[in-house]
Amino acid sequence: MTQTIDVVVNGERRPVARDATLLELLRSLELDPRAVVVEHNRRIVRRPALGEVRVVEGDAIELVHFVGGG
Amino acid sequence: MTTAVELVQDAPLTIGGRTFQSRLMVGTGKYRDNDTMARAIEASGAEIVTVAVRRVNLDRTKQEGILYHLDPKKYFLLANTAGCFTAEDAVRYARLAREAGFNEFVKLEVIGDQETLLPDVQGLLEAARTLVREGFKVLAYTNEDLVIALRLEDAGCAAVMPLASPIGSGLGLLNPFSVRTIKRRLQVPVIVDAGVGTASDACVTLEQGVDGILMNTALAAARDPVAMAHAMRLAVEAGRAAFLAGRMPRREVALPSSPAEGMLD
Repeated sequence: MTQTIDVVVNGERRPVARDATLLELLRSLELDPRAVVVEHNRRIVRRPALGEVRVVEGDAIELVHFVGGG
Repeated sequence: MTTAVELVQDAPLTIGGRTFQSRLMVGTGKYRDNDTMARAIEASGAEIVTVAVRRVNLDRTKQEGILYHLDPKKYFLLANTAGCFTAEDAVRYARLAREAGFNEFVKLEVIGDQETLLPDVQGLLEAARTLVREGFKVLAYTNEDLVIALRLEDAGCAAVMPLASPIGSGLGLLNPFSVRTIKRRLQVPVIVDAGVGTASDACVTLEQGVDGILMNTALAAARDPVAMAHAMRLAVEAGRAAFLAGRMPRREVALPSSPAEGMLD
């Protein structure tokens, strides 16, 4: 039986599977891990480690990329 | 055929150990569409192209990142910390940018005032010191204050970027004297950033002897951004060539161009 927990992604509360890794979170959001940078509770998680870091209830996750700017 | 520009001996621009042929740098914000942006950047001849760091849009309207439209092999992507009002935020954005990007360069902005978007130079210095310690090549967006520019250089910045006038204002180079003074006193490259409105502004700016210029709105908000990008390219080349050529002195009285001798009785 899968249970979900709530994490905050880009400021919005979202349910994810308990014990999900950051990589699984990205997949569930249909995001290419090569195209985003992940900040987990204010710490940057590099791409190779995304599959090793698991989220817990209330974690704050920021997913950023480059946009147009001056 | 030899063009006038080829007659002028000029060294390429080197910032933080990297060499660039173009002295014009452009932003990627505020274009009406990505195709116009890509064509304008191409027409500008710029190598250094700035980008911002923002949250990915999670709803499925599928807003693509800028990298789908800019080849990172063709352009040197310079991430900025635009929108940051504290040193702490700017450092955070710079670290995210380094992770997202392809180099350790950052255009550091710490904004101090919402209306004018003028820099908070205290926060800027603090963020610059932190980022230099972390191995960043910092290009610091600052006002046209010599003393702050000297402090930023002392802090280890790779370039100092005094403004021509406020971001997005299009008012042109308001303080050529101060920008010239900064250029004369600093060893690191001086790149004027922000406030350019049209080609003559870019030309006058390069005539001050600065190493380069960065602009965004002047292209993005032009009626024809691609045509304006072409004009800016020419203006930057003309301004640089005129600086190297050395302008004549200013005089308060006329000096005839034709001989005074040989006039009829």
